[in-house]
Parts: sequence; structure tokens; C-alpha cells
Amino acid sequence: MSATTTEHHDHGAPSSFVKRWLYSTNHKDIGTMYLIFSILAAFIGGGLSVYMRMELMEPGVQYMEDGHVWNVFTTAHGLIMVFFVVMPGLIGGFGNWFVPIMIGAPDMAFPRMNNISFWLLPPAFILLLLSAVADGGAGVGWTIYPPLSGKEGTPGMSMDLAIFSLHLAGVSSILGAANFITTILNMRTPGMTLHKMPLFAWAMLVTAFLLLLAVPVLAGAITMLLTDRNFDTAFFVAAEGGDPILFLHLFWFFGHPEVYIMILPAFGIVSHIISTFSRKPIFGYLGMAYAMVAIGFVGFIVWAHHMYTVGMDVDTRAYFTAATMVIAVPTGVKIFSWIATMWGGSIRFEVPMYWAIGFIFLFTVGGVTGVVLSNAGLDQVLHNTYYVIAHFHYVLSLGAVFGLFAGFYYWFSKMTGFEYNRALALAHFWITFIGVNLTFFPMHFLGLAGMPRRYIDYPDAFAGWNMVASIGSYISAFGAILFLIVIIEAFVVRRRAAANPWGEGATTLEWSVASPPPYHTFDELPKFKN
Amino acid sequence: MFPTRMTATAYAVANSAAKYIGTSMVMILAATGLAYAAEPQPWQMDLQPAAGSIAEKATDLHNMLLVIITLISLFVLALLVYTCVRFRESKNPNPSKTTHNTVIEVLWTVIPVVILVVIAVPSFKLLYYMDRTDETDMVIKVTGAQWYWTYEYPKEEFVFDSYMIPEEDLEEGQKRLLDVDYPMVVPEGTRIKLLVQANDVMHSFFMPALAVQIYTVAGRTNEAWIDIPMGEKTYYGQCNQICGVNHSYMPIVIKAVSAEDYKAWVEEAREEFASVERPQTIQLAQAQ
Repeated sequence: MSATTTEHHDHGAPSSFVKRWLYSTNHKDIGTMYLIFSILAAFIGGGLSVYMRMELMEPGVQYMEDGHVWNVFTTAHGLIMVFFVVMPGLIGGFGNWFVPIMIGAPDMAFPRMNNISFWLLPPAFILLLLSAVADGGAGVGWTIYPPLSGKEGTPGMSMDLAIFSLHLAGVSSILGAANFITTILNMRTPGMTLHKMPLFAWAMLVTAFLLLLAVPVLAGAITMLLTDRNFDTAFFVAAEGGDPILFLHLFWFFGHPEVYIMILPAFGIVSHIISTFSRKPIFGYLGMAYAMVAIGFVGFIVWAHHMYTVGMDVDTRAYFTAATMVIAVPTGVKIFSWIATMWGGSIRFEVPMYWAIGFIFLFTVGGVTGVVLSNAGLDQVLHNTYYVIAHFHYVLSLGAVFGLFAGFYYWFSKMTGFEYNRALALAHFWITFIGVNLTFFPMHFLGLAGMPRRYIDYPDAFAGWNMVASIGSYISAFGAILFLIVIIEAFVVRRRAAANPWGEGATTLEWSVASPPPYHTFDELPKFKN
Repeated sequence: MFPTRMTATAYAVANSAAKYIGTSMVMILAATGLAYAAEPQPWQMDLQPAAGSIAEKATDLHNMLLVIITLISLFVLALLVYTCVRFRESKNPNPSKTTHNTVIEVLWTVIPVVILVVIAVPSFKLLYYMDRTDETDMVIKVTGAQWYWTYEYPKEEFVFDSYMIPEEDLEEGQKRLLDVDYPMVVPEGTRIKLLVQANDVMHSFFMPALAVQIYTVAGRTNEAWIDIPMGEKTYYGQCNQICGVNHSYMPIVIKAVSAEDYKAWVEEAREEFASVERPQTIQLAQAQ
């Protein structure tokens, strides 16, 4: 491709760096910034986890000063991964980039709100990093339960900084969610009814509603915590008539939808990839869309399964057991529909397809351990053990993160206009696949044997599997470095990508425009034919 | 009734398979000479050997679930592998256009529901069984604090604190991070009601071999019960809710002894802990 084409791509883009990026109102530029932010945060959050695995590699305390430092690390790792890696990557990054293009919209509904939605994240992230260093750091776990996160449990400003960080990240999410809902409901190109909309857009629509309904509850809870800490209120102070358990209910009323917020966009991405590389339309499209709606809905009525051991009434626990099990049904529909999409297809094993198939299997493994944990009776033995750590890393670290990588390799050429090196990318996949499984599978054994989470040191009997898990995390870290090399190589070698490198299986609108798409994607509204 | 029969059949299949897995696990453990300890073992891959009726029921449920989830995972894996091999581009150049099949869609909705019902029946039984019992022999009050446990025997009228033995003070045979200065001593073969509370932040009283875990929360008294089986044995557990800098250093030890030894220990404990300053709850109780 010639230089003139490149100029055409940038037609209309502001020439100054400040105007183009800091003042950006372009959904693609904002999406790019979200992705870069997510990758940077991932190296910090992932780096923390590798350091934690170093500490846990052998019994005894080797690297960290004491258990508080350990607690600060777990807190920062969890919050960074949830709020600054997975959400910005999947929702802000891929959502901003591809929802408008897929539905044939010229941009997001509120471009300036989109800008502030992104630019609230860097200050939120800085506040979070400060909360890990100021006044010794907040060592309370990502669930920030009082009284430990209260004024007596964590005096000093670190906890307040963490609360402000979550406030800002929450505002960012709520604004983004409002933007997605408006865009998807109002700006679809003529002919694209909701029931013809691509599944990634469906996933983002459901995710946006979950954000809009769940995040304000967190904001309320942490604001009450803030006033408890600073203004002598007593919402969660038992000695003054409050109740710490109230915080747990509020937190998990947000926290459980939150885990679906992190996984639904990955569901959408995987659906596109499976369909593209099987050269078949998705199997049971409506079932797939409404399975996500069902998961989103049920996600709001199962929160107390995180609290089976707080001393809750037995009938309440029975209800939450039953409701939680129900989630397995729509999730199963999705797993089987993906396989049915591949069934009878003509499957091409491109890099994104590896990640997507890996996602399906590993998410299944993480899902079935979720069914085990849903049983309130059995949860007494498993709650807060490494079994839980294994479960949620299988659905997030091996689910949501595999979704991130799948989307990245699926759309990389579309976003940048360059092809990555297939062999290097495959090496990245296999090393990551081996690394994360080696890290997290042994944690099931540790949890069954009774190893509690958030421990800087453990009884010597747990040493064996901890050693294995640590080696796995080093392999994963090597994979992450390889990922950087894949990106750098692609930008150095500059192999130009076609508008549609994936062939006839790729049917959504983003493949009908150039790679990268012009600054203003569509000169006129695309006609939607189906 | 059909569902009941289904349940029974699935149970039988699951149980026999679980027994097989269980047996092989015991053999592995026995080979290393560690089959009967109530503490974690090196390279352990399963739950700690069940002690008492609660843990036995929980282990049964887990063994059944383990079989079900393993079969489901293997089924999905097999489907994926078969699909990838059978329908790869070189083998199947022309994709089908099928996007619907009502029968199979109904099946993959209904079958998971049936499996969940099969799981739910024993799950609810376990839940209601472990929740409470009227047949407890004694009461112990457990208080979690940063970073030790306080055990109070209200009827025997004494109370004492239980701290982890620091690494440098360990004696031969004591376990790092697990052994404490004063364990909770109980008579073997008793059912004990635990009244659980916290002095400061949340903690969690977690005893894996007995399959009991309950948070200690300031401002409320939680209730749980433990079923100590016959046999003189020491059970090890740890605090399981993040509680600050020494979260890793407040283990729980329950020592089951014979009835005579227990009586003797109570006599000793009355004298030994008489001088210990008692926490607020006891002083109030005495004042009344």
C-alpha cells in the first residue's frame, strides 16, 4: 500500500498530538488508548503476581518484609487486574473499537463522555498505586471488608486513596456503560434489528446494563466506608450499631455481577472467532444472545454465595445454592453452542482460534469447579481456600484473559493495519497455555488439602504444589514478554494487512472496511443485508 | 418416581467411581505412610481424610461431584478434539450451514438441569445436616482476635488464649505454622456447639478435617457445631479470613483425648488458667 492510502486513512484526524489523543473523541483512538492502558496495567498487576509466586515458591518468608506487605500485594494485584486490566481491555478497548463499527454507527453516542470515561482511568490507577505505598499500603484484599478496612483496621490514608481510586474507576465505568447502551440502542444502521446484531454487541449491551446497575452499589458501599473512616459514621461498626456483614452484602451485590462484566465481552469475542474460523454462522444465535441476558439477570440474585460462612440463615444459603446452580444452564448452552458452531464447519486454525478453543475448554474447567463451590454445605471446606483461587483464575485468568488475547489476535491487523508473525504468536499461545495451567491447576489440590488464601507463608506440607505453581507463573511471565515481542515485531516489520485477512467466514462489518479503518469509518451509513 | 430413580442410579454410579478414586488416593497416601493424620500432607490432591459425620457427608458429596465434573470436562474436551480433527479445513472443505436443531438445543438445556437436581438433593441434605443439631454434649466459645484464638469453656469455667508457637521455639515433632501453645482440648466422640465471635476484625475458624468453617464477626455470635469422632487425635486448621499482618500465623489446634484424660486436663486447666485475665464477656457473665 502506498503512502497516499495512509494519508486517506488519517483524513480528518487532528494533526497535533494533544488534540488527537488528549482531546480525543474518536472511538477508535479512545479504544487504542484503553488497550495500551490495559497492557501497561497488566504488566504491573501481573508483575505483582509473579513476585507473590516467588515468595510462595518455598515455605518461609524470603522476599517480603512481613504479612502486611503480602496483603498489600494481593490487594493491589486483585484491584489492578479487575479494574485496570480486564475491564479497560475488554470493554473500553475492544468495546469502543468494534461496537460502533459492527453496528454501522459513525462513532459512540457521546464522544466527549467517551473521552472523560477514559481519562478518569489514569488518575484512578495512580490513586490505586499510591494506596499501595502511602502509609504502609492498604492490605485488605480486593474485597476490602471492614473492620479490617475501617479506621481501626487500616489507619492512615492508604485505604482512603483506594476508595477514591474505586470511585473514579466506577464513574468511568458508569459513563462508559451509559454510552454503550445509548449507542447500541439508538445508532444501529438501518436494517440491523437487535436480533440481527452481532453477538459481541449483544455481549457489550448486557455488560453495560450490569455495570450501570452494579457499580453504583459499590460506590455507595465504599462511600459509607469512607465516612465510617473519616466522619465517625458507623454503618459497618458493630460497636456503634452498624454491621460489617452489611458491607459484604453490598460489596457482593456489585461483586458478583462484576465477574460477569469481565467474562461476557469475552463470550462475545469467542463467538465471533469460532464462527469466523469454522466458516459457519453461529449456532443458535438467539439462544446465545439470550443466554447472556439470562446470565446477566441471574448474576444479580446469587451474590451471597460468596458469604456462605458468615453465619447466614440456612434457608437463605439453600436459596443461594439453588440460584447459583441455575447459572450453569445458560453457560452450558453457550459452551455447547460454540461446539455446535464448529461441528460441520470447515475449521482453520489461525492464532485467534487457538485462544478461543483454549477458552472454551478452560472456561469449562473453571465453570464446573464453580458448580462444586455453589454447594453451601461443601463450601464450608472450600471457602477462601486455594480451590477458590483456582476456580476464579480459571474463569478469569484463563477465561477473560484468553478472551482478551483472542480478541487481540483476531483484530490486531484490523486495528493496526499490520500482520503479526504467526509462529511467534503461536509460541506465545502455547507458552501461556502451559504456564497458566501449571500455575492454577495445582491450586485445586492445595485448596482441597485446606490451604487458606492470602497467606504469606504456609505449612511445609503445601510446599510441593506451591513450587509447581510458581514455576508455572514464571513460564506465564515469559509468555507475557513474548507477547510484547510479537507486537514489536509486527510494528518493526510492517507487513500490510488486507481489509479482511480471515476470508469468507468473517462476516461482521469491521471486515468490510480498510485495515486500519479510516479516521471516520464510514463515508455513508453501511447498508445492512442479511 | 422417575427423578428419584435417576438420583439413585446416578448416586450409585458416582459412589462406586468415587470409592475407586478414594481408594487409590488412600493407597497413595498409605504408601507414604501418612493416611490418618488430620493435617495437610505433601503432594496431597484430595480433601483431608474425613473426621466425623459432617466431614464424611461433605467428602461423599465432593467425591460424587468430582466424578460428575471430571466426566463433563472430559466430555467437552472429547467433543472439542473430535470436532477439530473431523471438521478441519483439509478434511471438510465445505462447511454446512446448519444453525438450528431444536432437539439438541432442548437436550443440552434439560440434561444439565437434571444433573443439577441430582447434585442438589445430597447438597441440601448436607447443608441442613451441618447447620445445627440439638444433640450437642458441650459448648465452647471461640473468639478470634489479632492474632490468636481465645477458647472459653463456660460450664467448666475457664478461658485461655491459644497462640502459634513461633518458629524459633519449635520443639522436635512440632509443626511449623500449625502447632500452638494451648490447643483446644476436647473429649473424643463428642458433639460440640461452637459459639463464635470476634474481638476486632473478621477471622474465620476453619478446620478442614472436620469440614467446619465459620467467620468470626464483631457484633454477632455465630453458631456452628463440630463432630469429633472417637480416637485420640490432633486436628489442625488455620484462620481463613484476611485479618492483617499476622493472618498466616494464627492456627487452630483441636486435640481430642480420652474421657479420663479430658477430665484430668479440665482440672489442670482450671488451676492453670485461673489467674488469666478474662475477657469482657466472662466478667459480665459473672457479674450477673
